[in-house]
Amino acid sequence: MGSRLEKKIINSEDFKSLVKRKSFVSWLLLAVTLLTYFSFILLVAFFPEVLGLRISDESIITIGIPIGVSIILLAFASTGIYVFIANREFDQTEKRILKKNK
Amino acid sequence: MTNYPAITMFFIFVFATLVITYWAAKRTKSRSHFYAAGGKITSLQNGLAIAGDYMSAASFLGISGLIYLSGYDGLIYSIGFLVGWPIILFLLAERLRNLGDYTFADAASHRLDQTQIRCLAASGSLVTVALYLIAQMVGAGKLIQLLFGLPYELAVVIVGVLMILYVSFGGMLATTWVQIIKAVLLLSGATFMAIAVMWTTGFSFETLFQKAVNAHPKSYAIMQPGGLISDPISAISLGIALMFGTAGLPHILMRFFTVKDAKEARKSVFFATGFIGYFYILTFIIGFGAIMLISTNPEFLNADGGLRGGNNMAAIHLANAVGGNIFLGFISAVAFATILAVVSGLTLAGAAAVSHDLYACALKKGKVNEKDELFVSKISVVTLGCVAIFLGIVFEKQNVAFMVGLAFAVAASTNFPILFLSMYWKKLTSKGALIGGSSGLITATILVILGPAVWVDVFGYDNPIFPYKYPALFSVTTAFILTWLFSIIDKSKYSKEEIAKFDSQFVQSQIGLKIQKR
Repeated sequence: MGSRLEKKIINSEDFKSLVKRKSFVSWLLLAVTLLTYFSFILLVAFFPEVLGLRISDESIITIGIPIGVSIILLAFASTGIYVFIANREFDQTEKRILKKNK
Repeated sequence: MTNYPAITMFFIFVFATLVITYWAAKRTKSRSHFYAAGGKITSLQNGLAIAGDYMSAASFLGISGLIYLSGYDGLIYSIGFLVGWPIILFLLAERLRNLGDYTFADAASHRLDQTQIRCLAASGSLVTVALYLIAQMVGAGKLIQLLFGLPYELAVVIVGVLMILYVSFGGMLATTWVQIIKAVLLLSGATFMAIAVMWTTGFSFETLFQKAVNAHPKSYAIMQPGGLISDPISAISLGIALMFGTAGLPHILMRFFTVKDAKEARKSVFFATGFIGYFYILTFIIGFGAIMLISTNPEFLNADGGLRGGNNMAAIHLANAVGGNIFLGFISAVAFATILAVVSGLTLAGAAAVSHDLYACALKKGKVNEKDELFVSKISVVTLGCVAIFLGIVFEKQNVAFMVGLAFAVAASTNFPILFLSMYWKKLTSKGALIGGSSGLITATILVILGPAVWVDVFGYDNPIFPYKYPALFSVTTAFILTWLFSIIDKSKYSKEEIAKFDSQFVQSQIGLKIQKR
């Protein structure tokens, strides 16, 4: 593969928009994941008693449990969202770029 | 006591995996088959295999044991182990697949100095693999001694020999299938246990937690974070080690080369995250189930009220309590299979670091015929296996609890920074990566030795010199700062060439021209 092909691709509009969209989606999802996780960790470190509040007066379950399980589900959901967007959108753009630059 | 149902089921597992190894050996003729199963694994299979690689006996028995001991704290660990996966997907998986062939060093050294970066990446990989492997071997020996009534040394030798057979003959294909089978067995066993626990409470979480609180000596305290992580520095440092450590484990990163392209790599992470997350939710139920069902049952307790065989046996005793002797045998065999799957993945990654990174690329500068490289890799597998058996026996009486933590710290402070920066930061130079990466490795190691896990728990001093148990916050920061510093002051001719190659690498990493052209 010649470096000329790569130069051509890197300057093409399709490639620029692909990179832009891709990094927007991944950095956004990354930020959400990191923010959620480190807020949780700081809650554990500074205010563990907040996670020990009960979800209602009659219940023994503390809010820490649904919060913890939600973070696990959120992590899974965020990978799902990324894969969904990438399969639908990024792969198409990629194919187009490859076709144009054969 | 000898546990016959467990031994029978274990033999069935070993027989099946050896048949698979035989089948895989016939298909493993080339380098690409040996390291990467020819890139023919599907994303679902790879997702399962990644889960099988990642859900070690330590996370199954260790986390359920931690929940048994202190409740909610176990969930904090689970979450930390899981959130590394979205990070891998958003930052690394696709680019890694597009740039590399067999090891993560392929991608990290793509535009940098082959010899320097390969040596650094191989050191990071080998240290991580060795620490992880010793911890697994010692854990395996003790567990098998307890479950099957076999002598410790024999147990370690059995694990070592099986792992050498799988990896040296069947390569990545056999390793992958051992991991898939193990993942399916472990997920089914854990599902059964969780359902059995919930069945005894009439499928009410309210009842489960109420009964657990009544049974546990710490009572209501098990429903919230306890004293496990008390200061913010430790909390953040542990978080960094778990997240970025996962993204720097060589045996995990290597799994991305077993699929066809970036699309399959990304789907693998989605499946893996689902399986691992599901597994951690089950572990949580299993841990609380153990508190409810076995902490009050004298059959499973010592005279002093502690759990027979230690807290890590919580899940095993629970298997006995809900499913009788046969199910106990099944779970014991699954625990054994779990260890085998994890050590096989580790050994393959270690062997690839020696034969591909050190021998073929650094020593022979890529001018090596496939047969020789394959031969070196098989020798490496056997050597690594023998070293692991030897160290497993030597470390029997040692406290190895710090080793997995150190493995994660080294992965987060050496492998992750160089891989990440090589793909994301144009101005990274070989010199910067070499100095920064090594400094991360050295800092992590020294801080663990001076910290409570080694200085106090292993050497027996009263007070640690470095106060924190988890060094990642400091060692990862050191690695990034020094990499940055020595990259920007590097004005040599080579560094200019390396920077100039970034654009072409960037196109590769986004589109994977190389893979498309194959």
